[in-house]
Amino acid sequence: MHLFLQQVFSGLASGAIYASLALALVMIYRATDLVNFAQGEMAMFSTYIAWMLVNAAVPFWAAFALTLIVSFIGGMVIERVVVRPVENAPVLAAVVVTIGLLLIFNALAGWLFTYTLQEFPSPFPDRPLFGALMTTRDLGVIAVTLIMLALLFAFFRFTATGLAMRAAAQNPASARLCGIRVGRMLAIGWGLAAAIGATAGIMVAPILFLDPEMMSGVLLYAFTGALLGGITSPVGAVIGGLIVGVTENLVGTYLIASQLKLTVALILIVIVLAFRPNGLFGTAIVRRV
Amino acid sequence: MAPILHLHAVKAFYGAFEALHGIDVAVEDGGMTVLLGANGAGKTTTLRAVCGMVRSEGAIVFAGEALQRRSTEEIAAMGVAHVPEGRGTFVGLTVEENLRLGGYTRASKPHDAMARMYGYFPILADRRRQQAGALSGGEQQMLAIARALMMAPRLLVLDEPSFGLAPRVVEAIFAIIDRIRREQRVSVLLVEQNASLALELADHAYLIETGYVVASGSAKALADDPQIRRSYLGY
Amino acid sequence: MNDGTAAIASEKLAVGGEARLRIGAWRRFAIAALIVLAAALPFGLSNYQVFELTQVMIYAIAVLGLNILTGYNGQISLGHGGFFAAGGYTAAVLMHRYGVPYWATLPPAALVGFALGLLFGLPALRFEGPYLALVTLAMAVATPQTLKYFSWTGGQQGLNLAKPAPPPGLGIDRDRWLYLFVLVILLVAIRVAANLLNGRTGRAWMAIRDHPIAAAAMGVDTPRYKTLAFGTSTLFTAVAGALAAIVVGFVAPESFSLFLSISFLVGSAVGGIATIGGAIVGGFFIEFVPNFANDISDAAPWAIYGLAMLLFMYAMPRGVVGSLGPLAAWLRGRLRPAVAAGEISAASNNASSPQQTSQGRLE
Ligand SMILES: Nc1ncnc2c1ncn2[C@@H]1O[C@H](COP(=O)(O)OP(=O)(O)OP(=O)(O)O)[C@@H](O)[C@H]1O
Ligand SMILES: [Mg+2]
Repeated sequence: MHLFLQQVFSGLASGAIYASLALALVMIYRATDLVNFAQGEMAMFSTYIAWMLVNAAVPFWAAFALTLIVSFIGGMVIERVVVRPVENAPVLAAVVVTIGLLLIFNALAGWLFTYTLQEFPSPFPDRPLFGALMTTRDLGVIAVTLIMLALLFAFFRFTATGLAMRAAAQNPASARLCGIRVGRMLAIGWGLAAAIGATAGIMVAPILFLDPEMMSGVLLYAFTGALLGGITSPVGAVIGGLIVGVTENLVGTYLIASQLKLTVALILIVIVLAFRPNGLFGTAIVRRV
Repeated sequence: MAPILHLHAVKAFYGAFEALHGIDVAVEDGGMTVLLGANGAGKTTTLRAVCGMVRSEGAIVFAGEALQRRSTEEIAAMGVAHVPEGRGTFVGLTVEENLRLGGYTRASKPHDAMARMYGYFPILADRRRQQAGALSGGEQQMLAIARALMMAPRLLVLDEPSFGLAPRVVEAIFAIIDRIRREQRVSVLLVEQNASLALELADHAYLIETGYVVASGSAKALADDPQIRRSYLGY
Repeated sequence: MNDGTAAIASEKLAVGGEARLRIGAWRRFAIAALIVLAAALPFGLSNYQVFELTQVMIYAIAVLGLNILTGYNGQISLGHGGFFAAGGYTAAVLMHRYGVPYWATLPPAALVGFALGLLFGLPALRFEGPYLALVTLAMAVATPQTLKYFSWTGGQQGLNLAKPAPPPGLGIDRDRWLYLFVLVILLVAIRVAANLLNGRTGRAWMAIRDHPIAAAAMGVDTPRYKTLAFGTSTLFTAVAGALAAIVVGFVAPESFSLFLSISFLVGSAVGGIATIGGAIVGGFFIEFVPNFANDISDAAPWAIYGLAMLLFMYAMPRGVVGSLGPLAAWLRGRLRPAVAAGEISAASNNASSPQQTSQGRLE
């Protein structure tokens, strides 16, 4: 039982990271019907920025904040420059653009920072808590994620810009008629998604070590979490991410302890989806005819 | 009185297809102009041209400023509030959020305006926390008009506000439009299938057929025109 | 008077018919010339270039399979590398363990591909859009890991195959023989695909893609046709996988990574998903662009590859053939205004109507 709870808690910590990235995916999907396959690599690149800052002796939390700002701006620029040309193109063209972006970031990171694993400092000490049920580090990761999510939900619920972003995602034509600049909202959405991804990257780097491939597995889990929750539901994305994190850990502990755990976790989730094809909290995808 | 909105020789296009072939339409400041015409005549397209939602040629002048080459967002911010065909409410957001969005371009706090809207449409006050998608058709139309008025517009553009509503509801909505128009000094450009009702309220009317203005004049003159009576008023 | 108009009309018809015939003949001639050229090509190239072109054709068959599914039936797949692997391993195991001659492995590979596709297509019926993407992605991720697990697949090391010898007495070497062998299969694949797509089945697939509700209302058996599209698609891709195993003489789990699946999708998009010719363009893209990228920059070749993907999508969002096709039709119309006028106005309508674009957004 102790082992089980231990695994659940450490699963929640990695699940919180998946949840963040899943949320980033959902935000962009809701606004543009597009799965941003580059989300993970963008987060990885952000993490390298944080890594450089920390190496330049910037205090951890200052580096964290700076990285979020840089990522936010970077995300906006990517939307305006890279994604905008395919805004009205067939979805597959946009998907291919995000795949291209994935390759570019990955290669660029490999070229600039090499493919060797880098240690990344954790802001949280690694001490056991509650009779070794969890560590302070896990708790820290979960806390940071929860704070970020709370801020985000408050932003969308209570600010005019947040509301305008939701309106623009839901009905761009009507949003324009209200005087909302839909293009700018999209850019802000990408900026926020990039900043959320950066948080996920910085939280996961001390665990996985930093290298250009660091986020590829995380992206897969996040994508799975987003879909499990329902790709149109932000709350679903968070819960889905957490479920994926815990499932992955339990599969690794009890079923199979190798690289196959990714496969097994995926298959389990696909089976769940077979019974709930729109995810746990999603609404049916309406095909636009 | 100078017109607040003036379209001069306006053509409009969907891709290569020309839907309007050079029309002239005017709305007096504080006045109400109605566009009549059969299905597919180009009424909606005229409204879309005003709001920059279709590609157009010719001159469109609103309050002394040219509207061409401006984006829909800018035109909205200049004081043109458009309630589109099919209402265009944000069905996934609450009634109150819809109204807040109407006030998006206003610098001041929207609370007073919102209270005024709840005064005009008390039913919306009761439903303020409900999703707009859960409202009835008539309630959604009221919400759409209230959202447009939240923008404190100088020109209200309405595309078939009576569509799909029971006659009693239609009359109620038009009564409120008339009242608002007087109280808030908004000019109105209206597209309406219910010609007799529209001609009663409006001061000017245009008859559009296949992309041309085929008749225009004071609402009263058009209402008395025998041919229009036969085709559009049915008596 | 009635008779007169009828006579004129029938005359017009006759003229139109003749002109169409002439175009048909021209087209046939052009195609025949292209085939002859393709068959003669390897004799003027180096061994390595011949090998590369053989790979292009193999990828083209795989992408053609994907186009049937994604382009013509509207179902996305990020997992076709898995079916490519299934075909490859079927051929490899048959050759390696049972001594089956290489050419005889194609029908079983096709069968395995078809059967797996049907099996996969059934649950896939429940999924749409990103959900289908995830399910197929899971398949792509699972494939190499699963292949490593078994001993009859050669585990981590994979299987080495003897490269097939050309038929004696033909007087050509192995590489050129394999090139011709693959060319024949490609031509057969194109022919079969064209027949299917132009026939009842193809019309049903496209109806389901464009108007799923109307198609169902009109009595199209949607589940059956969607599953069939899956099976047909994976049949093509599995045959391509078998050819790859034969030509490369080697299969290993790592050759069938997620990246391969994604390459197929990219090749499909670059060529034009709802086209047959686009598959060949896609094959060229998958085979050659990474090499070009390497030549341009050995520091970050994949960045160049990614950039190429971006540029292609900006320039031709409907893919090379998908975007140039209407242009070609327009040009043809310029040359023969009387005949093709109808066809062109239809094409330009397609390109400009906003309704059309919103509907074709998945394409
Ligand atoms: N999105 C569009 N794409 C292409 N053509 C369009 C589009 N919308 C309208 N049209 C065409 O433009 C012409 C005018 O249409 P419009 O919608 O302005 O008519 P309307 O007068 O508003 O008719 P209704 O009373 O039915 O609303 C019609 O021929 C119509 O087919
Ligand atoms: Mg209309």
